[in-house]
Amino acid sequence: MSGPSDYKPSHPALQWFERRLPILGLMHSSFVAYPTPRNLNYWWTFGAILSFMLGMQILTGVILAMHYTPNADLAFRSVELLVRDVNYGWLLRNMHAAGASMFFFAVYVHMFRGLYYGSYKEPREVLWILGVIIYLLMMATGFMGYVLPWGQMSFWGATVITNLFSAVPYVGDSIVTLLWGGYSVGNPTLNRFFSLHYLLPFLIAGVVVLHVWALHVAGQNNPAGVDAKSEKDTVPFTPYATIKDMFGVSVFLLLYAWFIFYMPNYLGDADNYIPANPAQTPQHIVPEWYYLPFYAILRSIPNKLAGVVAMFSAILILVFLPWLDTARTRSSKYRPLAKQFFWLFVIVCILLGYLGAQPPEGIYVIAGRILTVCYFSYFLIILPLLSVIETPRPVPNSIADDVLAKSHGRPVPMVSTAIALCIATALFAGSTRDARAEEVDTPPSLKWSFSGPFGTYDRAALQRGLKVYKEVCANCHSLSYVAFRNLADPGGPGYSAAQAAALASTYKIKDGPNDQGEMFERPGRPADYFPSPFPNEQAARVANGGGLPPDLSLIDKARSYERGFPWFVFDLFSQFQEQGPNYVSAILQGFEDSPPKDVPIPDGSYYNKYFPGHAIKMPKPLSDGQVTYDDGAPATVAQYAKDVATFLMWAAEPHMEARKRLGFQVFVVLIIFAGMMYFTKKKVWADAH
Amino acid sequence: MTTTTADHPTRRDFLLVATGAAAAVGGVASLWPFVSQMNPDAATIAAGAPIEVDIAPIADGQDIKVFWRGKPIYIMHRTKKQIEEARAVEVDTLRDPATDESRVKDGHDQWLVVIGICTHLGCIPIAHQGEYDGFFCPCHGSQYDSSGRIRQGPAPANLPVPPYQFVSDTKIQIG
Repeated sequence: MSGPSDYKPSHPALQWFERRLPILGLMHSSFVAYPTPRNLNYWWTFGAILSFMLGMQILTGVILAMHYTPNADLAFRSVELLVRDVNYGWLLRNMHAAGASMFFFAVYVHMFRGLYYGSYKEPREVLWILGVIIYLLMMATGFMGYVLPWGQMSFWGATVITNLFSAVPYVGDSIVTLLWGGYSVGNPTLNRFFSLHYLLPFLIAGVVVLHVWALHVAGQNNPAGVDAKSEKDTVPFTPYATIKDMFGVSVFLLLYAWFIFYMPNYLGDADNYIPANPAQTPQHIVPEWYYLPFYAILRSIPNKLAGVVAMFSAILILVFLPWLDTARTRSSKYRPLAKQFFWLFVIVCILLGYLGAQPPEGIYVIAGRILTVCYFSYFLIILPLLSVIETPRPVPNSIADDVLAKSHGRPVPMVSTAIALCIATALFAGSTRDARAEEVDTPPSLKWSFSGPFGTYDRAALQRGLKVYKEVCANCHSLSYVAFRNLADPGGPGYSAAQAAALASTYKIKDGPNDQGEMFERPGRPADYFPSPFPNEQAARVANGGGLPPDLSLIDKARSYERGFPWFVFDLFSQFQEQGPNYVSAILQGFEDSPPKDVPIPDGSYYNKYFPGHAIKMPKPLSDGQVTYDDGAPATVAQYAKDVATFLMWAAEPHMEARKRLGFQVFVVLIIFAGMMYFTKKKVWADAH
Repeated sequence: MTTTTADHPTRRDFLLVATGAAAAVGGVASLWPFVSQMNPDAATIAAGAPIEVDIAPIADGQDIKVFWRGKPIYIMHRTKKQIEEARAVEVDTLRDPATDESRVKDGHDQWLVVIGICTHLGCIPIAHQGEYDGFFCPCHGSQYDSSGRIRQGPAPANLPVPPYQFVSDTKIQIG
């Protein structure tokens, strides 16, 4: 992007066009002929990975917006229905939700890379600051996107984050009211967040253009941190950098696909499968993992305004980084002290992230304060000080020398940092799990036919579970996201369309108004949803001693329990996702007639070993022999519980089999493709090394 | 510079072509979900199931409009005169030749069931208007006769007959 291009297309028509709008020349000089340092390592492919992720988020986001309804009464249901009914809706939603996490993961790698190799130093200050602006826009976009499904975490996340602005002296409350468009978080808030969530990604794309422009003016930094001096130091962007970036993206896709197809709920919070309830705050409000370090800083300061200021400062301090670190050597490779402090800083950030997911009490608060001090010290004390006192090792004369030296050296440091980063990421990514620290007994892990990468539902268990639901659960619990037609869907209980229609016709569905303007009852049709046992929430509460029996459609995804360290790390690899069914099955069997003496059970409540707080409003629903099974399965509470938990898992995720099946196919293709990319990259680079 | 690969396409070997082909095929295949999601979703399809309509209240010479799959369906109880007019026409002279018998159910000659969407550009024609005792489209002046056949104006084809059958003499199932 520097100076007029001497690019001349070969085709006369293109030449004609080029004379009038030299866009081909611009593309050619920016992405083909552009000289890129030849010693870039794979950390540099994260720029391309981020561009790819931005594109994916915009593409999937625009599509989700075609099916989403930004209305406080309809938003939650519209998200659920798009996952269930829209062709590949589950895939698109998983791509977008996991994509946000992948986007942030990549941006953190990108930022730490810039930090390590001094990519913010002269002449790249503006490039760096543009990056910080992109990061801030990403945070705003990610936050508002998380609000849109309008689950419990959406609602309370929106409440907490918007309340940050109430810390502003004098005008804080007015600002918050302005943000909400009401006296509390509500429909106007959701509407404007949807509008802004659609707008901001395009602003990000705009700033990305500036970011790339600034990059191409200043030239890329590189691991040696020395400027490119001659043609020997660089290779053309195409094919060298493009092929390497594409290989990087194809490997990154493997990670992305792992979450899309096998761990779609790992990075989310079970509470967000509960519809927003302004009357009840979840036990632990935890932001998405990518905000946790800043959340920890916020909570470490025991003063409202100071906490908010500290949190925003923690991000904004990055803007001043080029003037805080004045050392002339860019790359930490040649700065023995800066290198060590860099890794300490990485660990501080990860630990802050871990603390952000912990309850704000006891040792966690103290640790949070110490680490907050460490965080700011790195920027305000360590880096300025090191700039003065550190004696850097000599840097190579040129990039070519660096490449030459490297071909003799050992690649061990790269490997060890990669491993360290993997472990750190796993710890960090899983730390959200720890948030729900409860002193309840952990439900026993059962063996489920649908666990693992090839898991499928046990059809007989689904049919038995439906029977238990119909005869027992349905007396109090609705199942309002499941339609009768779903019973005949592939990957479900395996009924025929006629059987589903026959079952539907045994229900009375309220319809109308008819030509006389009156509501009437008619037999159910396959398109109808399971009717609710109570006409409204108040009626349900009156009939159940004040408790509201939750809708069961999503219960297997809306309930979870703490797995603790190191289990949540192993879960990521073993694909353990069955907390929900374990919990549901345990609750149904966890009733005990004589509660322990130290657990007070109020009147109208019952003791349950696995229920948080142990006092549950639901009386023991199942007893041996209560439901008659036709297929010879034992008529025991344990069997009922397992069957109904299986059925409810299907109700919560009717496309699980399709997800795992497609996931396997995608993985086979991606692994082969990444392998081909690896050899292609090797081939292209063979004559450059 | 040791860059020759880009400048000499002839040196691209099998690996490059294969990788490029894999990327192209994979890219196109992964487009499918993004296109497929635009089709009607399962709930819309389920809601498009057949409906039953009680036609007993429709008096001679009257008509009703019901909706099926979001489309207006005219159910017209035709008078003797209308039936005779429809059957008196020379079929060969019509723009979209079809006999009246082929557009109604045998034994239920008085019942005309058509999708009330003008075949020109999708407006809803008004029943019992126009010169042919059938339908008149207010948008661009297409006129249909008492059998729903196009007689005059820009529309190219007759009003389509939806799939339907008589469940009983007074009840039809559309779809």
